[in-house]
Amino acid sequence: MSIATIKKSGPFAHGYTSVQKTMFTVLLALLPATLFNLYLFGWPAILLFTVTVGACVAIEAACLALSDRPVIAALGDCSALLTGWLLAMSLPPWAPWWIGVLAAVFAIALAKHSFGGLGQNVFNPAMVGRTVMLVSFPVVMTAWVMPHPLFSAGAPGFLEAFAITFGGNVPDTISAASALGYVKTELSRGIPVSQSMAQVPGLMDMMLGYRAGSMGETSAILILAGGLFLMFKRIISWHIPLSVMGGLFLMAAIFHAVDPARFASGTFHLVSGATFLGAFFIATDYVTSPVSKRGQLIFGLGCGVLIWLIRTFAGYPEGVAFAILLMNGLAPIIDQYTRPRAFGRNSKGEPLPLIKEKP
Amino acid sequence: MWIAIGSLTIMGIVLGGLLGVAARFLAVEENPLEEELKELLPGSQCGQCGYVGCSQYAAALAKGEAPVTLCPPGGKAVIEALAKKLGVTADLSEHEEKGPEHAFIVEDLCIGCTRCIRECSTDAIMGANKLMHTIIVEACHGCGKCVPVCPTDAIVMVPVRVTLRNWHWPKPEIEQTHSEPKIGHAH
Amino acid sequence: MKLFPIRGGIHPDYRKEQTSEKAIVVMPMPATLYIPLQQHIGAPAEVLVAEGDLVKKGQMIARNQGSVSASQHAPTSGRIKTVTEVTAPHPSGLPQTTIILESDGKDEWAELPEPIADPFAADAHTINDRVAQSGIVGMGGAAFPSAIKLNLGEQKKLDILLLNGAECEPYLTCDDRVMREYADEIIDGARIMAHALGTPRVVIGIEQNKPQAVEIMTKAASAFAEIEVIAVPVQYPMGSERHLVQAITGRETPARKLTADLGIVVHNVSTTRAVHHAVRFGRPLVARVVTVSGGAIREPNNVLTPIGARIADLVEFCGGFSARPESVVNGGPMMGQPLASLEAPVVKGTSGILALTAEEINDRPTSACIRCGSCVTVCPCGLSPVEMAAFIRKDNLEGAAKLGVMDCFSCGSCSYVCPSHIPLVHYFNYAKGVLNDLERESRKNERIKTLAEVRTIRIEKATEAKRAALATRKPASDTTPPSTGGEAKAVTEEKASA
Repeated sequence: MSIATIKKSGPFAHGYTSVQKTMFTVLLALLPATLFNLYLFGWPAILLFTVTVGACVAIEAACLALSDRPVIAALGDCSALLTGWLLAMSLPPWAPWWIGVLAAVFAIALAKHSFGGLGQNVFNPAMVGRTVMLVSFPVVMTAWVMPHPLFSAGAPGFLEAFAITFGGNVPDTISAASALGYVKTELSRGIPVSQSMAQVPGLMDMMLGYRAGSMGETSAILILAGGLFLMFKRIISWHIPLSVMGGLFLMAAIFHAVDPARFASGTFHLVSGATFLGAFFIATDYVTSPVSKRGQLIFGLGCGVLIWLIRTFAGYPEGVAFAILLMNGLAPIIDQYTRPRAFGRNSKGEPLPLIKEKP
Repeated sequence: MWIAIGSLTIMGIVLGGLLGVAARFLAVEENPLEEELKELLPGSQCGQCGYVGCSQYAAALAKGEAPVTLCPPGGKAVIEALAKKLGVTADLSEHEEKGPEHAFIVEDLCIGCTRCIRECSTDAIMGANKLMHTIIVEACHGCGKCVPVCPTDAIVMVPVRVTLRNWHWPKPEIEQTHSEPKIGHAH
Repeated sequence: MKLFPIRGGIHPDYRKEQTSEKAIVVMPMPATLYIPLQQHIGAPAEVLVAEGDLVKKGQMIARNQGSVSASQHAPTSGRIKTVTEVTAPHPSGLPQTTIILESDGKDEWAELPEPIADPFAADAHTINDRVAQSGIVGMGGAAFPSAIKLNLGEQKKLDILLLNGAECEPYLTCDDRVMREYADEIIDGARIMAHALGTPRVVIGIEQNKPQAVEIMTKAASAFAEIEVIAVPVQYPMGSERHLVQAITGRETPARKLTADLGIVVHNVSTTRAVHHAVRFGRPLVARVVTVSGGAIREPNNVLTPIGARIADLVEFCGGFSARPESVVNGGPMMGQPLASLEAPVVKGTSGILALTAEEINDRPTSACIRCGSCVTVCPCGLSPVEMAAFIRKDNLEGAAKLGVMDCFSCGSCSYVCPSHIPLVHYFNYAKGVLNDLERESRKNERIKTLAEVRTIRIEKATEAKRAALATRKPASDTTPPSTGGEAKAVTEEKASA
């Protein structure tokens, strides 16, 4: 009796993993932080979120169709959904709709598909989308608002939200600075960090997310919970998040100890801005980070140090996106130099010397 | 603007001239290349390339007079090695990869004339006058020189058999969901 | 005892419970047996019988030839039907020379070599000869002739005989059952082998998912101080020789060296039992325990199967297929080979026959690599499968070789974890095949070059000699014109006598 023709060699077993499942788990991990922040920033955020994610999926479909690939099957891997989701989370919650759409074009069409689609891109698509927007429309992209939880007094209703997102009617009175931006501005006016720090929200508020910031970055606690969930599910390992935060904290702490008037503390750097979101969800992006654990540590440390450098010395108050993009560019090189040592060989690839020890 | 055009033109002429002079006076002897090319060739002097032997073909290659695709016993591997050494792209469209072959003597037809034995450059044919000849497959590299000299057409080229010893997995055909061609054409 | 960690590895679904509690059953002797001349690594054996010969069970029917080879014995008594090409148990489905034996139903033993009365008084040579004579090969799957491994003691000072009872492949339980049911035979075989090898210590490594085997073996070994049973962590591929050695001794075998270079020889537990049979009873290797399992097998079981039984007959004995198998695998699901045909026979290295359903295999269409790095994390050899596969896909086999594709032993961990279902191991098997081909070809080209040079030199010398002869003859016979025809003929003859 002959059996079906053999097309593949072994193994004849496979773990229950798939790209779709991986992406889905990440989305699940993002859900609590997202829901909380959508609640915090109200209807305008919900509208912008929907528009951004929708635009990403639509552009992904268009790119797939243009390159003659099966659209439905490839959309099924949820990668565009995840990109759109992360992109939306990195935008100011009350930004106009076209920011989301334009960012989606740069993220999906430029950063992902012009490199060859899923798995081929060098730079994190969501961060490319965000960064292009930030550089091109700095005013709109740094128009933060203080939290206006849904249904609370002063929160915009659905129709008002419609006007904010699609009509561009952002009420001037409610704009606020992010903590990082505030500290930076004050410093440039000659007010030392130690003094301006008194004005930013307390550590607890920063951790919980009651602060101005991007749509999904403010709740450090919920993002941490999501990140731990991903680690528990073994989607990500501790290497990148820990080294990003470690690098950032270490740099900040050392310089803060040297000159507290000039440099903000390590804890402040950790809980402000997009540190948690970047460390757990963006720097850990499989495609654009190194594959070996050693490489991931180097990559993460680099991100952490760069975040601090950019936040402290560069023109922009926030540096997570820039830092991750810069390290993305280095990932292939890091990969080349951090290959694991092969069994029975030294790190140069030569066979180990034969040492016969007495047991 | 004229200054720019003029200076660029002059620079072009001067530098181009320098290159030309350097090419003439600092030319590297080509012999080492010839030697290296010869190393890549099978070295059995079968002459199927149209040159007397491997050294002559190597010399022609080094001068750029011969294409890299002329060596049948070497097969695709040698073509690629030569192309790499010479920095040219091999035109493999003309070359049909037959896979390795070896000669085979149809023993009923062999009359034991020894002509093939004289022709064989690797001593891969065993036999003597009036006795039937056989091919030592391990020593035959499939140049095919023995085929035309046989008066009774007793020698044929056969592909080297795939056995359990030399079989290996083919390159996987992956059915990528991402690059599947569109639905097939109509008949 | 302190154990050492090994790198990477996976924890697949073991699914051993399908057969782990099934005691070994004996397969009735099939009417026809197919004994391939090559069931081992090395040269095929040389046939000793011809069509029509009557043979008895255990009679040698093919003798080992060359330095690495193993002999074959008749698994039962009967008549040699023919020696011909039969499909091999191999993914290619190619045939190989096979002795076909028709059973006479009597199952009569031939006159066997005398048991070695006191193997511990016998010298290593006697034991090795007996093992070689009995056609014993490694029964864990690789089928390397055991006698050669037993000879290592003569060349090297060895410290440990390590018995591999890890059985890390999912489904397989044949070693587990053999250890549980024949612990004393294994221990005796191990002591004999340790004596032949000159190793003072015997260590038996068993994965912790076989607690009964660990217990029974520990009890059986308790009488002998030099034997130690160690339960090793459940981590595929713990049963890989080099990794088991590392887990137990902490020593890493250098690339291109053998574990024996570290003073450790590894044998499978079933092989050890075969040695016991050969030395104590003179019985050659004519049957082995095979795990028949998988979702498509009606009655999964551990079967004592005569070597040469058709796989189709073995499957039939286990109730046949309950569902259409997606693949029938020879060996374990991770490193086993798919079978092209069930007409192929069971051979000495067949540890399992698995009929797997599509659900169990869980294969899906390949999608794009997302560089998750799981393959790098799990690779027990410290390689970078993602990069090697990318090179191979672009036909840059040289690049893949530089990254160490030849160090890969196709354990399958990378393919197992790949979320994009990329057939990584298949890529490496292909690359290894092509690289081996190129290696063989370049060796052949070298040989051809030498042959051609030798011939050129010889012809030049002959011509030289002829000319010299002519020159010496010339002054004496000035009047006769040089006979060109004769010279040409002489050259021809010279060529013909080549």
